[in-house]
Amino acid sequence: MARPKAEQPEQSAPPMVHTGARVRRNEDPRLLRGRGRYVDDIPLEGCVHGAFLRSTVARGRIVALDTTEAEQLPGVLAVYTCENIGGLDREMPLLIPHPCISHGRTQRPLARDDVYYVGQAIAFVVAVDRYVAEDAVSRISVDIEPLPVEVDMERAVDDGAPLVHPDVPGNIAAALVQNCGDADAAFARAEHRTKIRVQVDRSTGAPMECLATAARWDPVSGELVVWDGTQAPIGLRGALASLFELDEDKVRVIAPDVGGGFGPKIHFPYANEVLVPLAAMELGRPVKYIEDRSENFVHMSHERTQIHEIELAATKDGEVIGLRDVFLHDTGAFIPYGIAVAQVASTAIAGPYRIPNIEVEFRCVYTPTVPVTPYRGCGRPQANFALERAMDQLAEELGLDRFEIRRRNLIADDEFPYKREGLIFADGLPVTYDSGQYGAALALLEEELDLPAFRAEQEQARAEGRWLGLGLSFYVEGTGLGPYEGGRVRIHPITGKVYVNTGLTTQGQGHATSMAQLVADQLGVAVDDVIVVEGDTGVFDWGVATFASRAMVVSGSAIHKAAVKARERVLEIAANMLEVDQADIVLENGAATVRGTGTSVPLAAIATVSNPLRYAFNDAAQIATQFAPANKGDGPPLPEESRPGIQTEEYYSPPHATWAYGVHAAIVEVDPVSYDLQVKRYVIVHDCGKMINPMIVEGQIAGGVASGMGGAFYEKLEYEANGNLRNASFMEFLMPYATEVPHMEMHHLETPTPLNPIGAKGAGEAGTIPVAAVIASGIQDALAPEGIGPLWHVPLNPSVLHDAVREARSR
Amino acid sequence: MTSSTYRSPVNDDPTLDISLVVNGRPVEASVSPRLLLSDFLRHHLGLTGTHVGCEHGVCGACTVHIDGRAARSCLTLAVQLDGATVRTVEDLEGPDGSLSPVQAAFRDCHGLQCGFCTPGFLMSVTALLDEDPDVADASDAEIRERIAGNLCRCTGYQGIVAATRQAAETLRDAKEQADGTTQG
Repeated sequence: MARPKAEQPEQSAPPMVHTGARVRRNEDPRLLRGRGRYVDDIPLEGCVHGAFLRSTVARGRIVALDTTEAEQLPGVLAVYTCENIGGLDREMPLLIPHPCISHGRTQRPLARDDVYYVGQAIAFVVAVDRYVAEDAVSRISVDIEPLPVEVDMERAVDDGAPLVHPDVPGNIAAALVQNCGDADAAFARAEHRTKIRVQVDRSTGAPMECLATAARWDPVSGELVVWDGTQAPIGLRGALASLFELDEDKVRVIAPDVGGGFGPKIHFPYANEVLVPLAAMELGRPVKYIEDRSENFVHMSHERTQIHEIELAATKDGEVIGLRDVFLHDTGAFIPYGIAVAQVASTAIAGPYRIPNIEVEFRCVYTPTVPVTPYRGCGRPQANFALERAMDQLAEELGLDRFEIRRRNLIADDEFPYKREGLIFADGLPVTYDSGQYGAALALLEEELDLPAFRAEQEQARAEGRWLGLGLSFYVEGTGLGPYEGGRVRIHPITGKVYVNTGLTTQGQGHATSMAQLVADQLGVAVDDVIVVEGDTGVFDWGVATFASRAMVVSGSAIHKAAVKARERVLEIAANMLEVDQADIVLENGAATVRGTGTSVPLAAIATVSNPLRYAFNDAAQIATQFAPANKGDGPPLPEESRPGIQTEEYYSPPHATWAYGVHAAIVEVDPVSYDLQVKRYVIVHDCGKMINPMIVEGQIAGGVASGMGGAFYEKLEYEANGNLRNASFMEFLMPYATEVPHMEMHHLETPTPLNPIGAKGAGEAGTIPVAAVIASGIQDALAPEGIGPLWHVPLNPSVLHDAVREARSR
Repeated sequence: MTSSTYRSPVNDDPTLDISLVVNGRPVEASVSPRLLLSDFLRHHLGLTGTHVGCEHGVCGACTVHIDGRAARSCLTLAVQLDGATVRTVEDLEGPDGSLSPVQAAFRDCHGLQCGFCTPGFLMSVTALLDEDPDVADASDAEIRERIAGNLCRCTGYQGIVAATRQAAETLRDAKEQADGTTQG
């Protein structure tokens, strides 16, 4: 038997050499050489290709659908409509139910009788290649009788407005009121009230890789293998197993390299995710569907449209004692992902401020548009825009400085954990901020900005007729939602390399590096000797998915726990092999070394010895087979309650979300002729707890700010009154290029969370959240001398600003 | 020599014979007139490093070099390439398999995340530095202007700007050293 632990002097925790360092990424050499493997790169012998016929009418009734000519086109293997997809012709699951969803509606893979938005799939063609498949789509004849539509969310809830679903009164899918404290009492005793109406318009994540699915059915093993550009392979596997009535073990979903996710790829199943597997099973050939960019605009989920009426109750000194927010949330034509976006917005509404009394109410509204599911930020950018614009307005009305009013209301360091009883976050638990140094963050930002210098510069600029302003926004972000993730660590007996698995996927977040850093420190190996494999249900299939800035928090913690256990096992065996106490062993450079001596055994040998195997296929294995020296006692080579090899598996389940936060400021200038925006400085103070790899954290923030810039000034999906999406291409949907994204100055605080063993909070969405408020408040400040009206609607653009100035001057 | 025939397997569309050089190797092919260069590279030559992001020439993910100049392979028909020389991301690494200065700089500066736009950026930046060695001295704003033909949704461009500058400096230093050696 292995020696009981109690006999061993305590091994102290290993030094953190890699954790916290700016380690270059393990995944890069492959991606830089063009050797990535995205879905469309998977070589599948005999593969055939799918294409969709999509609705060009928003709301309408299909009166005729004729696929004959398409079927007759040489090279076409199948044309699917709702009539010939068997049990798949059903409404897809409503993934996250909630009691407040009174009228939940989800769509069918292919439209039956009715269409509900431009882009909805009506037919799916499979042909020998993509070119022929698209030829065939153009030969399908469809006649759709248009029905009245109302794409304006506010008018959609009016009496008599056209209904998206005839049996859903008022187009209301869900409604929820939440209370924390006593808002009525707070407003009754308020010395000052500020109420504003803000609007955020619709956008899309536009990942560089559109949706993509390939599938192969193996009739011998009865296994369905699906390669899919998803954030949730385990979830998709569950859905496919359910829909096709297969055992989960007979469905393997692989998310290979995925070209960006940003939220929309957490939703499943999209039409392609069920029809490609169906066709592969029916045709007996691999089938692939690669969405094109124009389809991506009208098929993959959108987000953002919300209209908030937010009111603050304050004292004369600017202490905010109450908040009321009533908002409408546009969920598109269906609500497949439940109320996640609205719920996250509603629970983020009080931001970093104490505000003890809150009443927040929302309604989710159906409009005949692409369905809405989370996109980077998931309701937080809207909530932040509402709150921070209201704080600016309150400051102005009270004659207070914008920094000062925030300082007076920030939750103090000694108030954590800070609970908002009654506000239930997306994890089903009350909002509880775990840790932070909000005041220090704001002070650091002020210092970095050098406000006196800016004020002087602004005065000078104004004297010259230039429009220079400063914008500011403070945000919090609930990250790292449960329920759980797992991690497995295994040391390879031959090479000594360490394999790590988890149930997540990566779309560029660098898991293969940051997760490896955690493990490398525990086992004393190089980061590039730790190989992280994820996104494959055939490898690891317990877990949830990559979303909600949760990968490092939840999977990272699980992997850390597994690595700690693996370290214990390595030390136990190495102590037996080296005949010393565990406390005398150092794990470094891929070996266990007796402290202060040159005596060591490599990890590969330890891993080999850990497995009392039979066959001597190499020298190390010969040692193991002959001596089984991992154990010193009597009894079988593999003691009771142990397992061969060094392989550990642990799970982590967070008690509740952990709250990251930050504050951004920008110095902006608006050109008085072109009304173009120039961001002269963009300064960030950010705290996501313990940073495992600051380089990767900064990359996440920078990417987040870029998408925030899009939402602030460029990216807006323009629906026409008839429900047609006017700018469904990269030519017309403006996205920030390198010329539109400012250089970002980043400063970090690291307040560890007490909730998990690595002290990390999430970072994936943080950068996006405050940007619209920063830019709007900066432009408002810049144009203050013109006396323009409030900027409470984003995205802004030069025309809006031009109109605002013209309107002010004509007053 | 690589030989490839692409004929639509189902109709009588004519095919055209083309002869070109791809990554230093001669290629003979018989292709449908409507076949895009991006599809030809990816699905007929197996060079899947070239990615397709928009299929209408805006995002730059599919950028390759045609006769030494950066070009969009999604806006080019394979039949236009008769007699041309094409270089793709697979050809950037050195003969010993080492990363090129541009590739190495992208890694050093965290100039990539999901990696989908990366081959296009690498080809654009490589062409830029081939054409204009003075980029090392350019302002950040100028560098941003010069790389504004490619979209990235992950990085916020900060790492890409830094990588472009680092690569420009590396190449300039190497050139100066080479010139010095020649003159010396």
